[in-house]
Amino acid sequence: MSPATITPAPTAPSGPDVAQAPAPARRRSPQVGGYLTMAFATVVLGLPLLWLFLASLKTPEELYQVPLQWLPGSPSLDNYAQAASAIPLGRLLANSIGLTVVGAGLKVALGLACAYALVFLDFPFKRLVFGLVIATLMIPPQITIIPNYTLVASLGWLNTYQGILVPGLASAFGTFLFRQHFLTLPASILEAAELDGAGHWRKLWRFVVPMSTPTLAAVALVSVVTEWNDYLWPFLVVDHAEKMTLPVGLTLLQNTDGMSNWGVLLAATVVVTLPILLVFLVLQRRLVAGLTAGAVTG
Amino acid sequence: MTTVVTPRPSGIPGAPPARAGTPPAGRPPIRTRSRLGARRRRTALLWALLLAGPNVLLILVFVYRPLLQSLYLSTLQWNLGSPSARFVGLGNYAEWFSAPTTGRIVTTTLVFTVATVGGAMVLGLGLALLLDRRLKGRGVARTVAFAPYVLSGFAVGILWLFMFDPRYGLVQELLGRVGLGSPAWYTDRPWPLVMVIVVYLWKNLGYVALIYLAGLQAVPQDLRDAAALDGASSARTLRSIVLPLLTPTTFFLLVTMMLASLQSFDIIKAMTQGGPLGSTTTLMYSIYEESFVNGRAGYASAVATVLFLVLLAVTAVQMRFVQRKVHYA
Repeated sequence: MSPATITPAPTAPSGPDVAQAPAPARRRSPQVGGYLTMAFATVVLGLPLLWLFLASLKTPEELYQVPLQWLPGSPSLDNYAQAASAIPLGRLLANSIGLTVVGAGLKVALGLACAYALVFLDFPFKRLVFGLVIATLMIPPQITIIPNYTLVASLGWLNTYQGILVPGLASAFGTFLFRQHFLTLPASILEAAELDGAGHWRKLWRFVVPMSTPTLAAVALVSVVTEWNDYLWPFLVVDHAEKMTLPVGLTLLQNTDGMSNWGVLLAATVVVTLPILLVFLVLQRRLVAGLTAGAVTG
Repeated sequence: MTTVVTPRPSGIPGAPPARAGTPPAGRPPIRTRSRLGARRRRTALLWALLLAGPNVLLILVFVYRPLLQSLYLSTLQWNLGSPSARFVGLGNYAEWFSAPTTGRIVTTTLVFTVATVGGAMVLGLGLALLLDRRLKGRGVARTVAFAPYVLSGFAVGILWLFMFDPRYGLVQELLGRVGLGSPAWYTDRPWPLVMVIVVYLWKNLGYVALIYLAGLQAVPQDLRDAAALDGASSARTLRSIVLPLLTPTTFFLLVTMMLASLQSFDIIKAMTQGGPLGSTTTLMYSIYEESFVNGRAGYASAVATVLFLVLLAVTAVQMRFVQRKVHYA
């Protein structure tokens, strides 16, 4: 796979070539040093992932060989087959995909609708509602875990999909991003739509949503990443293998196979990481925009 | 507050940043007192209930209700799932403050937080400065650096546990090649904590670098060019021009990373389960352990409240600072 590169965010009007021209001799060596440092950093940061993929294709003999062997002699998927027989890997994959798609979809919908109301509708206590939603960004999920766990347990939702999904659905981040974006939309277009007799439903779908695709993509992708990787909550709520998500299933495998069988555990780790890595490589620019969008410069 | 990397079409450079709480631009402009107006307001209210209602309801039930309930639970001696509970007032807090393990847990949390936040900031800035230069292939470097940030923390923990394997791990192999011995990463203190810190850094470095990179790209190039023309060395330009202009970014990252680091769980769970002998048990990990391993939900709620107050204090400092330091440029 060839990693897609990020298109740089809008850069300052560049005149580097002009600036470089006067001092070519002094530029040369820092440039070489720069390339060396960059190559070193890339190798150090990238090596663990490469090592993971290679190791997942090795036989136990190759894995437990001193000195270490870099490449698998004949790459085999045995580890993956063994992982799939130790835990229901296909089922876990389906669970993770399903919960991620539904969860991210609902989060986007909830954030979009809530932000629309906060920006385009007049209703009492609007400021209070906005404050209430935004303040949740500062409440660590950890403090809500014990009460939410007891609530979910009392509802009989342990080991259910709704138990995994519902408590985390509330959208504060999405609402915030959508609101920020809606505030930049030209009011004139929406007023014109209103004068044409467009109701809120039509305004939302025909005007606001089409003008918000970058934000939609950013919120959706961030939600996909967080839902897919979510660990503590699903780990607490589920202990039946057939309801587990992939990261939780990895715990199960770690506890059963332990570290006696690295190949199998690493194969399952690849199954957990590869899908999101592919999403990242394909949609990198949008995903990064979303993940860094919270970055306020004060 | 302005977003550094905005998904929206960029506005006018230097435009006043939209602040939370400013009146929305798209508000219906005319408010008449006619019957029509009253009907409109009713329709608007109905739509507001329909559109904002579900999200607000979820937030009330799954964020604010548990927040308050957690405060209440912290005053009880109560085991998870037990039908009976005893009111102990501030007893759980008193127990936490005098518990023999508390000092160790606080120290571990401090070391972990300072090392991960400080390390990620310094290395991230270095990486950002490198990626800001017009080197060929920097796109690939950026992709590789950021990739770990999107991966499951638990999976990353497993991957690195293998990297640190005392016999077959890549770490001991590479350390051996450069003539260094590999410590017993799994067992000998303080190495398990060092190991967890290294992994956390690897996972979050790319995020810090990317945010810094966005900040760097907002530093006007002509300022740097002017400094270069005046004969300033690049170190001097960095110290006197670039770093001061990056202060807001630095502060944002400092707070965000601190909040994230104080709440980190997945990597520790995967790699050490808080051990050996509690040497990697942070405040956050101890909440999980007390409530879901030892079943002491009342006590754990008190510890959670302590953590919450710490996080709140960090956030409060941020808000004060941001108010005073909004304007740069």
